[in-house]
Amino acid sequence: MANLRDIRRRIKSVKNTAQITRAMQLVAAAKMKRAQDQALAGREYALRLTQMIYDVRRNFVEETHPFIEPRHGKRELVLLISTDKGLCGALNTNLARKVKALTQADADFVTVGRKLRVMCEKLGKKVVADFTVRDPVPFSKTRPIATFLSQQYLEGNYDKISIAFTSFVNTLRQEPEVVTLLPIHGHRYGEHQAYESIGKGFSVEEHKHDPERDYSFEPSVSEVLAAILPLYVNYQVFQAVVESRASEHSARMVAMKSATDNADKFIKELTLEYNKLRQGAITSELLEITTAMKAME
Amino acid sequence: MPLQLDIVTPEKKVFSDIVENVYLPGADGEIGVLPMHAGLVTALKPGELRYLYNGHVTTLAVGSGFAEITQTKVVVLTDMALGEAEIDIQTAEEAIQRAQEKLQSIEHSMGAEEVAYLQGVISKSTAAIQFKRKSR
Repeated sequence: MANLRDIRRRIKSVKNTAQITRAMQLVAAAKMKRAQDQALAGREYALRLTQMIYDVRRNFVEETHPFIEPRHGKRELVLLISTDKGLCGALNTNLARKVKALTQADADFVTVGRKLRVMCEKLGKKVVADFTVRDPVPFSKTRPIATFLSQQYLEGNYDKISIAFTSFVNTLRQEPEVVTLLPIHGHRYGEHQAYESIGKGFSVEEHKHDPERDYSFEPSVSEVLAAILPLYVNYQVFQAVVESRASEHSARMVAMKSATDNADKFIKELTLEYNKLRQGAITSELLEITTAMKAME
Repeated sequence: MPLQLDIVTPEKKVFSDIVENVYLPGADGEIGVLPMHAGLVTALKPGELRYLYNGHVTTLAVGSGFAEITQTKVVVLTDMALGEAEIDIQTAEEAIQRAQEKLQSIEHSMGAEEVAYLQGVISKSTAAIQFKRKSR
């Protein structure tokens, strides 16, 4: 059994660890609040934009744009949004697994975040570009990413652009998702028709023929499409990054909280053992003294 | 016949309630919307948006974006929607100046996208300033 000094030393080191994880938990909690607010605030806009495109498409099926024309090639480019730092639970691992299951084996990657870029390099995947986005995410900083992806798509280097990110459900749950960014096309989820975007929660209502929704356009259909589709792509990229950030900080907060809790539990156990040993030592000392006294009588 | 107005920006839902009428800064000029308006999707340019709500006219400065109009609903998607009190002329002027400097210094090397973005910042901020000056 360990002696008193060993246990004292261990308690001290566990206390130190707990202090560090507690500080990290607090930092993550503060960042989490902001990131979550940003993610939730942006959803309304994403949803409305999606609905608008859906309505436009429903009315003008023949009107076309390079972003909505279906393509049949197989070359895929994946925008992989991971975290720069670790210590956030299984977030990146889960995302990596999902990506492996749902993308072409020979897909190329564009990465945001260091963790999975390193993984891509290890696995010998081709990383076409890497972007860094600081925290909190400004809309203007995700624009170059969207521009790069659209360019690759329009130049015909790839036939499909996907986004792999972690969608924020709540503080305790984050879902890895792989969605198609380009070409923009409708997808069915049960009753709803959705433009695959920020996950399944973002489905729009499908209208039966509804004369209320027969639109005219200003300045013209093609001009509206030409403006709204790139905005949609920009915004999807932005929202995906924002969702990933909210997930990251939530996951880190939770991971750090459980680390702190574990450390506290461990300290308690060690303290108990320490006290037991100490009491044992005192008892045996007393015994020795009384025995000595008895012997001298 | 009610007319539901929703104004949404990437940051938040700015307004959502029943109003009596709405005036939008459309790409081809101002559009007035009353209940039972014909379905319309229009691009918006930076300018002034007015609506009549509870007998009061409220005015907002909006950035570029889109509006979807149905007989009972107006949805405005824009990158900025500010009330008079929220506009700070100095901040807006600084934003214009920064954008212009950036535009001049690297115009040739930048993509059209970036230039369009900076021009957007300028016209948006200009609209905000004009709006603030006028309402004083």
